[in-house]
Amino acid sequence: MNLHEYQAKAVFKDYGLPVSAGRVAGSPDAAVRAAKEIGDITGDASWVIKAQVHAGGRGKAGGVKLASSLEEIREFASHWLGRRLVTIQTGEDGQPVDKVYIESLTDIDRELYLGAVIDRAERRIVFMASTEGGVEIEKVAAETPELILKTSIDPLVGAQSWQGRDLAFRLGLKGGQVREFASLFVNLAKLFEDSDCSLVEINPLVVTREGKVHCLDAKMSVDDNALFRQKGLAAEADGSQDDPREAEAARHGLNYVALSGNIGCLVNGAGLAMGTMDLVKLHGGEPANFLDVGGGATRETVSEAFKIILADDSVRAVLINIFGGIVSCRIIADGIIGAVKDVGVRVPVVVRFEGNSADQGRAALADSGLNIIAAASLGEAAKRVVAEAERAA
Amino acid sequence: MSILIDKNTRVLCQGFTGAQATLHSEQAIAYGTNLVGGVTPGKGGTEHLSRPVFDTVREAVNQMPVDASVIYVPAPFCKDSILEAADAGIPLIICITEGIPTLDMLRVKTAVDVCGARLVGPNCPGVITPGECKIGIMPGDIHLPGKVGIVSRSGTLTYEAVKQTTDFGFGQSTCVGIGGDPIAGSSFIDMLALFEADAATEAIVMVGEIGGTAEEEAAEYIASNVSKPVISYIAGVTAPAGKRMGHAGAIVSGGSGSAEDKFKALEAAGITTVRSLADIGRAIQERTGWG
Repeated sequence: MNLHEYQAKAVFKDYGLPVSAGRVAGSPDAAVRAAKEIGDITGDASWVIKAQVHAGGRGKAGGVKLASSLEEIREFASHWLGRRLVTIQTGEDGQPVDKVYIESLTDIDRELYLGAVIDRAERRIVFMASTEGGVEIEKVAAETPELILKTSIDPLVGAQSWQGRDLAFRLGLKGGQVREFASLFVNLAKLFEDSDCSLVEINPLVVTREGKVHCLDAKMSVDDNALFRQKGLAAEADGSQDDPREAEAARHGLNYVALSGNIGCLVNGAGLAMGTMDLVKLHGGEPANFLDVGGGATRETVSEAFKIILADDSVRAVLINIFGGIVSCRIIADGIIGAVKDVGVRVPVVVRFEGNSADQGRAALADSGLNIIAAASLGEAAKRVVAEAERAA
Repeated sequence: MSILIDKNTRVLCQGFTGAQATLHSEQAIAYGTNLVGGVTPGKGGTEHLSRPVFDTVREAVNQMPVDASVIYVPAPFCKDSILEAADAGIPLIICITEGIPTLDMLRVKTAVDVCGARLVGPNCPGVITPGECKIGIMPGDIHLPGKVGIVSRSGTLTYEAVKQTTDFGFGQSTCVGIGGDPIAGSSFIDMLALFEADAATEAIVMVGEIGGTAEEEAAEYIASNVSKPVISYIAGVTAPAGKRMGHAGAIVSGGSGSAEDKFKALEAAGITTVRSLADIGRAIQERTGWG
């Protein structure tokens, strides 16, 4: 689960990390009020105003603006609120802007990068820092990997100040900045662990004209598996940033990802769902989606899954591939029959059942009188669905 | 012979009286698994499925020898259960549960390594030595005792590989699901080392998927440490790029984690790769020359 910048900065503030005075606003009037309040605190009439979306690359896309008058604040808020922002990290439809964040302006001397992520291979939280802040860090890592400094956190003892000092000196920080950075590092590591993060990023982390270390941006992703114990953060989830079909699927406990092809896929297990898509592609077809009904599939979830697939107008044929382990093919068959009776089906459906209750599942489909093509093997199922989709296209 | 488990393995079940554990324990017992008892705090002294129930793992191991524990407790309590099993000195811990917080697994993996226990999973179907011992949620009847060792990150993909090796008559020595989580108790390399040393295993099927670099590391290991034929399939060629959670992940792992990268690494290491999931059985036949 991703947090917006303004939400992440509120958490940062709780951990004593240096962030600017800021306010979030959902209307042009509220934005102007927020800017006035910040001006009263700082005694300065210069701000930065940023569209709040779950994607980077906002600056280049016009979603960040320096403002020196309340008119500019109003103009920016009026322009973006209710619109969609398209950046290099969003799809071509962009992400909806429901909130803008207004902050006091910071005079920048240097831009650095600081991020933390869970490294699978090392099985630790790894911090990365770089003198090349404010740019795409992926590019830095690819072109000049020597400019990415790393340090990893021992899961049993946690982050230590010396690790922060070591990074600070290597980043060329001086005097009091070293202590500030080391403290920021330790507090950020604590925040990462306390909040069950999968990613935290400050890009850029700046040194101000006054020589202070300061978090100009903030990005936080929280481990979905830990939301049961991160209730405060879970309540901050902004569903408007998710694909509506994916969100609808998630409500039914389904993993769904929309793709651009015309063959709908309904599969149990994430690995098999990917494998089925690959097989469709290998036989010359294009999958319309990834859909994993999971091991705990019920009649109802399968029925919902089938409806989500059929709701995609580009679907010309559907492949159902179930290897029953925990889940019984009979239950899947009942779900499919139920869905077809509810919403009807205009496209050919190819079914391959294997494993738990496969024979009963096939028999239930045959007895239903529905136009469903049973395939004897995985390879045959893939070939058949591609042929059916071509005929229908 | 086999790896990890056989007909003599004495298995304890944690979370024994829960619905999932009951269902799969019944099937395991029916398969012939030597399930010796279970643990459910507060139900110690009772019986379940005609086996004794204990309050703690320590109490169980004090009463009877235990070689392996299988964990079906809900995700929020798995860290606790795995550490309890490790503390009681159980050498093999198999965690089936899906959805454990990643930071829990970081700490668990570190602690289990210190104890010297072997953890398989979480988020996996378990381990089976066909005809002898089934620990986990896989359907027993698709298996056949035989000579192919199977290791996989995905449950249902393991079943596909199993079915094809059964249909071709090769059978399986042992099948291990190492699980689909970012932090796994055991790696491909851990299992490859065991299969290489196992006399009953004559060929190895490794089923991977996109994300991380476990397959690339395994490829490097196989090139210099595994003499038996290895056949590998990777799922996710068509998985969309751009479905990433944030760009920092790919930086640390030093690669994109794409299926193509993995296929390339495997092929460079002399491993037989299969582009179609339906061709695993045929590829084993071609590589080994088995009839």
